Amino acid sequence: MSKGKEEVKLLGVWASPFVMRARIALNIKSVGYEFIQENLGSKSELLLQSNPVHKKVPVLIHDHKPVSESLIIVEYVDQVWSSSPSMLPSHPYDRAIARFWASYLDDKWYPTLKGIGGAKGEEERKVLIQQVEEGLALLEEAYKKISKGKPFFGGDRIGYLDIAFGSFLGWIKVTETVFGTALIEEVKTPGLAKWAEKFCEDVAVKPVMPETKKLVEFFYFLRAKFAGSA
Amino acid sequence: MGREDVKVVSFWASLFGRRVEWALKLKGIQYEYIEEDISNKSSLLLNLNPVHKKVPVLLHHQKPIIESCLILEYIDETWMHNPLLPPQPHQKALARFWSKFADETMVDAAWMAMCFSGNEKESALKVGRESMQRIEDEIRGKKFFGGDDIGYLDIALGWISYWLPVWEQVGSFQILDPLKFPAIIAWITNFLNHPVITDSLPPRNELLLYYQRIRSQLSST
Repeated sequence: MSKGKEEVKLLGVWASPFVMRARIALNIKSVGYEFIQENLGSKSELLLQSNPVHKKVPVLIHDHKPVSESLIIVEYVDQVWSSSPSMLPSHPYDRAIARFWASYLDDKWYPTLKGIGGAKGEEERKVLIQQVEEGLALLEEAYKKISKGKPFFGGDRIGYLDIAFGSFLGWIKVTETVFGTALIEEVKTPGLAKWAEKFCEDVAVKPVMPETKKLVEFFYFLRAKFAGSA
Repeated sequence: MGREDVKVVSFWASLFGRRVEWALKLKGIQYEYIEEDISNKSSLLLNLNPVHKKVPVLLHHQKPIIESCLILEYIDETWMHNPLLPPQPHQKALARFWSKFADETMVDAAWMAMCFSGNEKESALKVGRESMQRIEDEIRGKKFFGGDDIGYLDIALGWISYWLPVWEQVGSFQILDPLKFPAIIAWITNFLNHPVITDSLPPRNELLLYYQRIRSQLSST
């Protein structure tokens, strides 16, 4: 693929874990891109045209062609900028496993984590926290099996599943801070605790991982904003 | 290619399981089919898919792969002849996007239109019809989503050709209006007439009875 000046834009917002995935992927491949910060309260024409179905970020626009859905974007980036490092594992079975866990995270686990913030009362919150912890126990086991003693799900370097899961670390920390609960920690999830630290230090991740303090402020801001609506 | 150890664990009525069988047949891969009674799940299934406890499961050399669309990708990456996904990255991304859209939005909407009545049904129908319009826009001018032959997206959307009309009959509703969606109706004919598909569909009458039973069970709870 010719590497002349290609036009790569990413529509996103600083706090979104999904947008973060796309940014990490582009960083891993050292792809230069223009980051266009969207105001989700007043979406740009470009966003509405590029993702008319969902009107959501992230949207990658490569040579004027839009790609939506964060995990689809990661796979797209891996395929287009195919020089190493590869983000998807090379063996189809390992890919299927990585994609399975990423889809579990998006379809089941993250909605539960998000639900904690909007829980009506302590009882509901406890139930949701327990479900999140059960999910993390599954992921701890998966991490041990998949990493095979190496630091990341992807092996020596971060890969697809590291990106899919690691992008949620900011919001996991917000949940821990706001609700005084320990989700990823050395006793319950020793593997993940080490993994999380290494992930956040990765050169492709550090520049785009929001500060927990800012995310916490943003959480309170959102909560106040939607306090009126049930 | 020698005899490969390929098994499919599924349920005869499952639209998700059928995708896997279509893909294997399109690639000419021999497999053993294992029927699972999803109302009384076996320990085999619970071992193979402990997280979701669902069919289908593909077993290749005894390793389980789950989630129908992920199985399609696995099949395509393992047996690379007769590719299902388009090779061009943007086309591939689009195929994945639409199959995700359909699974997250359309299947649920059609299911709810079948199972519920009143306002819930109406909302589901609205979503179903709006989504179908998007799919109509995608198929217009093409014989198959995959081009001249069936591909990944045809397989992923195949339920529209056969399960959806059954659900419409069971739930007394219509999403597939031929006047509104002529391109989809044409695609349905092409899809169902494909030699691999036509021989690999569950008996319609039994499917109808099965969903009628489900609907009446739900409305009595």
